[in-house]
Amino acid sequence: MAHAPTSTAPAMVQMTAVQKHFGDHHVLKDIDLTIAPREVVVVVGPSGSGKSTLCRCINRLETITSGSISVDGVELPSEGKALARLRAEVGMVFQSFNLFAHRTILDNVTLAPIKVLGQPRKEAQAEGLQLLERVGIADKSDQFPAQLSGGQQQRAAIARALAMKPKVMLFDEPTSALDPEMVSEVLDVMTSLASEGMTMVVVTHEMGFARRAADRVIFMDDGRIVEQNTPADFFDRASSPRAQAFLSKILPH
Amino acid sequence: MNIFADSAGPLLSALGTTIMMAVIAGVAAIVLGTIVTAARISPIPVLRGIAFVYVQFFVNVPLLVLLILAVFALPDAGLLLPLTPTAIIVLALYEAAYVAEAIRSGVNTVGTGQIEASRALGFTLVQTLRLVVVPQALRAAVQPIGNVMIALTMNTALAAAIGVVELTSEANKLNLVQAQPILIFSVAGLVYMALALIIGLSAGRIEKRVAIKR
Repeated sequence: MAHAPTSTAPAMVQMTAVQKHFGDHHVLKDIDLTIAPREVVVVVGPSGSGKSTLCRCINRLETITSGSISVDGVELPSEGKALARLRAEVGMVFQSFNLFAHRTILDNVTLAPIKVLGQPRKEAQAEGLQLLERVGIADKSDQFPAQLSGGQQQRAAIARALAMKPKVMLFDEPTSALDPEMVSEVLDVMTSLASEGMTMVVVTHEMGFARRAADRVIFMDDGRIVEQNTPADFFDRASSPRAQAFLSKILPH
Repeated sequence: MNIFADSAGPLLSALGTTIMMAVIAGVAAIVLGTIVTAARISPIPVLRGIAFVYVQFFVNVPLLVLLILAVFALPDAGLLLPLTPTAIIVLALYEAAYVAEAIRSGVNTVGTGQIEASRALGFTLVQTLRLVVVPQALRAAVQPIGNVMIALTMNTALAAAIGVVELTSEANKLNLVQAQPILIFSVAGLVYMALALIIGLSAGRIEKRVAIKR
């Protein structure tokens, strides 16, 4: 277990009365969510429940219909430079890695620190190599994304996000596109990140990770947060029938 | 073959004019075409509209019409340029529309995930285009742009119609004296083919060099 969230600290992520529509489809319904600094929140739920959308709203990759979202006390700006600045403080890891295909792994990690933060190239490269070392792929720094396995690419993507020294990290199904044997190498990196006190929002189907690393599990269904609890209480004593039905389908019997 | 040897000087100078027009108009068309594409995919509706109209206009009006219009209309508008620069400008404007279409097809090969990752890292729109989208799009567009450059080189021959002394025009002159159209224009055609071959091979080499390692 990572860090018990302290109730006195100001929220790192605050979502208030958030509604989101895709056309006629009501994807997020009345979402109220407060995430404390250093808290690790794992979002689970059946596909189509809105959990990925919730994650993508936090850095405004998806716009919301109404309600408000703030990160570290700052309301999400609408567009332009202010939004870019805020996004620079929020790391994101995608299901499909999305490494820049035309750049080497090290370039992928250093590009944003150099171009967005104005960090000197030498310094960015030294820190980038340290990060690649930390996720265990320093030897791949000169290679291109397509030359790496999926697990290695996803670890590079985590290093790329960490290079911006983000206040919070968003993981949108980071292991769903991976071959089974590569899932654990990515989850190991995420677990160590959680234990170091990174604020994390993780959308995943990996219940083992949720048990091991989460401070809080959020269960979503049909666009609503149906239930939230500590992992132990959620997995062993889910109170809502929908969460019980979901768990009975995914947990090994 | 004496007929070519006797006019070697003017012919070579005409070939020089053809190559010069192709190179200057080609470079300008690539730069302008890139800008038009950037406008076309920008989130600003006015820019997108202007770029769309630009491409539609130049793709749907014959180059010869544009050349003749430029020669007669520009002086009326108070802009008196020599014929060769006029032809180069028209060629550049015209081919930029095709370059823009070629690059746009390249842009479509860049996945939305690449753009989302750039935005999530805090890149501005301009940075996203300059650092991520355009470099990848240009790689995919090398061959199509090469084809546009070949078409541009062939299209320089139309400048003969407005009085620019380039290869076709000089060949025509020579024919008026020698009356050997088949021989003279066959040779001129072979020279154009050689130019096209050089452009095509160069595009192939560039494409190999910039290819993204897979």
